[in-house]
Amino acid sequence: MNNNGWSWEAFTESLPVILDGIEITVGLTIASYLFALLFGFVWTFLRRVPNKAFHFVVTWIMEFIRSTPPLVQLFFLYYALPMVPVIGIALHPLAAATLGLGIHFSTYIGEIYRSGIESVEKGQWEAAKALNLSTSKKWTKIVLPQALPPTIPMLGNYFIIMFKEVPLASTIGVLGILSLANSYGAQYWSYLEPLTIVALIFLALSYPSAILIRKLERRMNTRFDKKAALNEAKGA
Amino acid sequence: MIPIEAIINILPQLSQGLGVTISVLLASAFFAYLMAFVAGLCRLSSNKLLRGFTGFYVEVFRGTSLIVQLFWLYYAIPILFGIQLGSNWWAGVIAIALNYGAYMSEVVRSSILAVAKGQTEAATALNMSRFQRMRLVIFPQAVRMMLPEFGNYTIQILKGTSLVSLIGLTDILYYGDIIRSTNYQQAPLVYLLVLVFYFIIALPLIFATRKAESISKKGVAS
Repeated sequence: MNNNGWSWEAFTESLPVILDGIEITVGLTIASYLFALLFGFVWTFLRRVPNKAFHFVVTWIMEFIRSTPPLVQLFFLYYALPMVPVIGIALHPLAAATLGLGIHFSTYIGEIYRSGIESVEKGQWEAAKALNLSTSKKWTKIVLPQALPPTIPMLGNYFIIMFKEVPLASTIGVLGILSLANSYGAQYWSYLEPLTIVALIFLALSYPSAILIRKLERRMNTRFDKKAALNEAKGA
Repeated sequence: MIPIEAIINILPQLSQGLGVTISVLLASAFFAYLMAFVAGLCRLSSNKLLRGFTGFYVEVFRGTSLIVQLFWLYYAIPILFGIQLGSNWWAGVIAIALNYGAYMSEVVRSSILAVAKGQTEAATALNMSRFQRMRLVIFPQAVRMMLPEFGNYTIQILKGTSLVSLIGLTDILYYGDIIRSTNYQQAPLVYLLVLVFYFIIALPLIFATRKAESISKKGVAS
């Protein structure tokens, strides 16, 4: 039908169709992000188990999840999981996508937590020990309040990164903006306008958030630099 | 317990896609590195127009998804300009290279900026030209800093190559999908093997990245 150039008609026609998918795209981003934030703690915890063999296995499982394509992981969860004997369950596309993207990015988030925890000064751990704090008190009152705030910009970055990975879920039937654009394109044989709309939506949502995060990062940096400078002045 | 027979049956079918996956990986990594250096250096140029243009490229490609860019190049470019990008293979390679080139240009830019200012001043004091300063003093130090991030992004590129099956390229995932569609029972094994294939390709990249991390730290005061 439409094979030569841009048509505003197709643009205005497909726009409302595609905008219908925004809720799902953003919702899936938030759901899988929250899952990744929680599951990241599991990785961090597992990696702190003081057993060399266990540590090795966990590290390589994380490496495996991290260096294989999320697309294949989604296919695994959606197409293969129901066929696994005994534990096989069929997942709704949204559940599969939340789980798949959530687990994939939890391995990155876990590393961020780890870097935050490792950046807590040794004296703080020693002080917690000297004050005879319980393990839970040590973590909730001393370590985590210092470990987590500096990771906030990095965690924010991952929200944007995950937002841009969410359209992968269109391949397993999640009706976000990309699959709505694709089905519009297939129906009217005009892909140019709907796909351009999708690109513009992503740009419009992710660019301002990226700027926001950069600002946050700069603010955090000056805050922690000040702290470092203060320490230096004290001769620490 | 391990279904050896089924594995022996599936492996040769999957490995038919190995050539496409690796050729897309190598080509898109090559062009992504190229784009990274070109765009990274252009963003440091003193020419305002050049800087603005590359800034626009970087923000657009970093602000949208790889899968959207891939579909856009594949479906929309022919409509918009009436040209074909040669083949599906080229559409895939160009999309991946432009996407990761944009990300990696930021690595190039920030690494060059991170080379201590004293180095530039020393080179100036030695009466080097602008080009000599970059080529002989700043660039060699900056490249070392870029290595770990380049390793990480190469693994990202490998993961990105799985998307080309969506535009009909016959890569590993494509063959996996075909086996799965003919034999649904084998789906778990098929996709597990596909993942293992990708992981085996990724392994040398993982070790190279670790090596790069130690190289970039060697002899640098922290």
